Amino acid sequence: MGYYGRPIVKEPVWKVPDVPGYLFLGGMAGASASMALAAQVSGHSELIRPARVAAAVGSLASVGALIHDLGRPERFLNMLRVFKVTSPLSVGSWILAPFSGLTALTVATDLSGRFRWIGSLAGGAAGVLGPAMCTYTSVLLADTAIPAWHNAYPELPFVFAGSAMTSAAGASLLVSPSRPAVRLGLIGSGLELTSTAAMERRVETYRSSKLLTAAKALTVAGAGLSLVRGNRVTAVLAGASYLAAGICTRFGVYRTGTASVKLVSVQSG
Amino acid sequence: MTERMGFFTDTSVCIGCKACEVACKTWNDIPADGVDLLGMSYDNTGSLDANTWRHVAFIEQTVQDDTRWLMSSDVCKHCTEAGCLDVCPTGALFRTEFDTVVVQADICNGCGYCVPACPFGVIDRREDDGRAWKCTMCYDRIGDGLMPACATACPTESIQYGPLDELRERADERLAELHSRGQADARLYGHSPDDGVGGAGAFFLLLDEPEVYGLPSNPVVTTRDLPAMWKRAGLAAVAVAAGVAVSFLGRR
Ligand code: SF4
Ligand code: SF4
Repeated sequence: MGYYGRPIVKEPVWKVPDVPGYLFLGGMAGASASMALAAQVSGHSELIRPARVAAAVGSLASVGALIHDLGRPERFLNMLRVFKVTSPLSVGSWILAPFSGLTALTVATDLSGRFRWIGSLAGGAAGVLGPAMCTYTSVLLADTAIPAWHNAYPELPFVFAGSAMTSAAGASLLVSPSRPAVRLGLIGSGLELTSTAAMERRVETYRSSKLLTAAKALTVAGAGLSLVRGNRVTAVLAGASYLAAGICTRFGVYRTGTASVKLVSVQSG
Repeated sequence: MTERMGFFTDTSVCIGCKACEVACKTWNDIPADGVDLLGMSYDNTGSLDANTWRHVAFIEQTVQDDTRWLMSSDVCKHCTEAGCLDVCPTGALFRTEFDTVVVQADICNGCGYCVPACPFGVIDRREDDGRAWKCTMCYDRIGDGLMPACATACPTESIQYGPLDELRERADERLAELHSRGQADARLYGHSPDDGVGGAGAFFLLLDEPEVYGLPSNPVVTTRDLPAMWKRAGLAAVAVAAGVAVSFLGRR
């Protein structure tokens, strides 16, 4: 049907794995920064440094993935030329740039042991920005004419929020088992599984995504393994499952979206 | 701001000569993209993209054992509410004094966001320079009082250029004329300011459903839902903050 069966809307020209990788890393980093702040405030000192490192590594790699997609570093600077609320990529860059700077500063002071108070302030600010890091990317995808992304805008932020929490919990569990990380993983799993189900009810094409099916299985596996007490190995496996689930979720949502230009014409949500 | 300028493409008089495609390529110095035989009637261009800013669609239909040819020169709609312009993070896409939508190549950073944001699939990123390109309504010509290259080259006045208000009146008259001649399937596309993009600066008279020409029947600018999207994302961010806080409250 249509004009020689050609899709009307153009598929994104973004590179894979760069852009889905950028979504995953940014979410993991955002929730990790908030975790580091919560650990600092509640006195879980052993959890602070791993979470800070995860936040810095994740957000710098996220910037790296975006720059690789753009082709040249100065093109990222062009993002900061203006601030536009109508452009989630502009808003997102204004979140991502300070966030990655703050997390890098935090880790630098933490590891070097110098100007620790500056690091604490920077880490606190990054922790406050963290939740925004987890969800702005959902608006980035939804604010397009890609049917599966646009139509999923009510649930997509919650899918990404849940996925970011399990990823951060996963990174923490890889380093050391702890009750807060287990709880964060369970909360994230619950949020991700329920919002993914709601998203699939609204936008059917997500149901046939093998990556999203894998993400669900890995999330359940991660949650189950995290509940085994006092075992280092199962904690590491739980962490790995959660991180793998996060990658599957982002790639699954990304791929389903790009494929959806061939399926349906665009309707408003 | 001067008057809003636009295109009215009356496909009922298009003869499929592709003079517009050629004039556009030549005037705007658009790179060639080679010969590609697509097997789509006389259309070997395929669609609008970074290197095609006017595209003549060819549709062969069988009506009462006869072949009917539909030909239509497609172009950027220069939307009143333009998704491409809204999502552009650098400000490279801007609205001109003629109320048209233009990319400034020296500012575009090739982020590609505008590409999936256009509900018509018009704007596209060029492979070699990585920047976004599309019809400018010949911004460099109309500023000097000239007509865009395509409208100048069109031998049948299928492509008409002028103040949008005048074009809309002319289109209404033309539609009434066709209807009175019994051409009941004639319809206007993109002329109404009440549509999903607030009306197009480049609108059309079609002889069949928009989909037949590769046009969306009900295009809606994605940013209409943006406030709702930010609200949902804000709520989800609060959920993250709450989730993290709760995780650190319980037993150690
Ligand atoms: S048709 Fe597409 S490229 Fe042209 S102004 Fe509208 S949204 Fe932008
Ligand atoms: S590719 Fe260029 S014109 Fe398109 S949104 Fe990005 S900066 Fe703007």
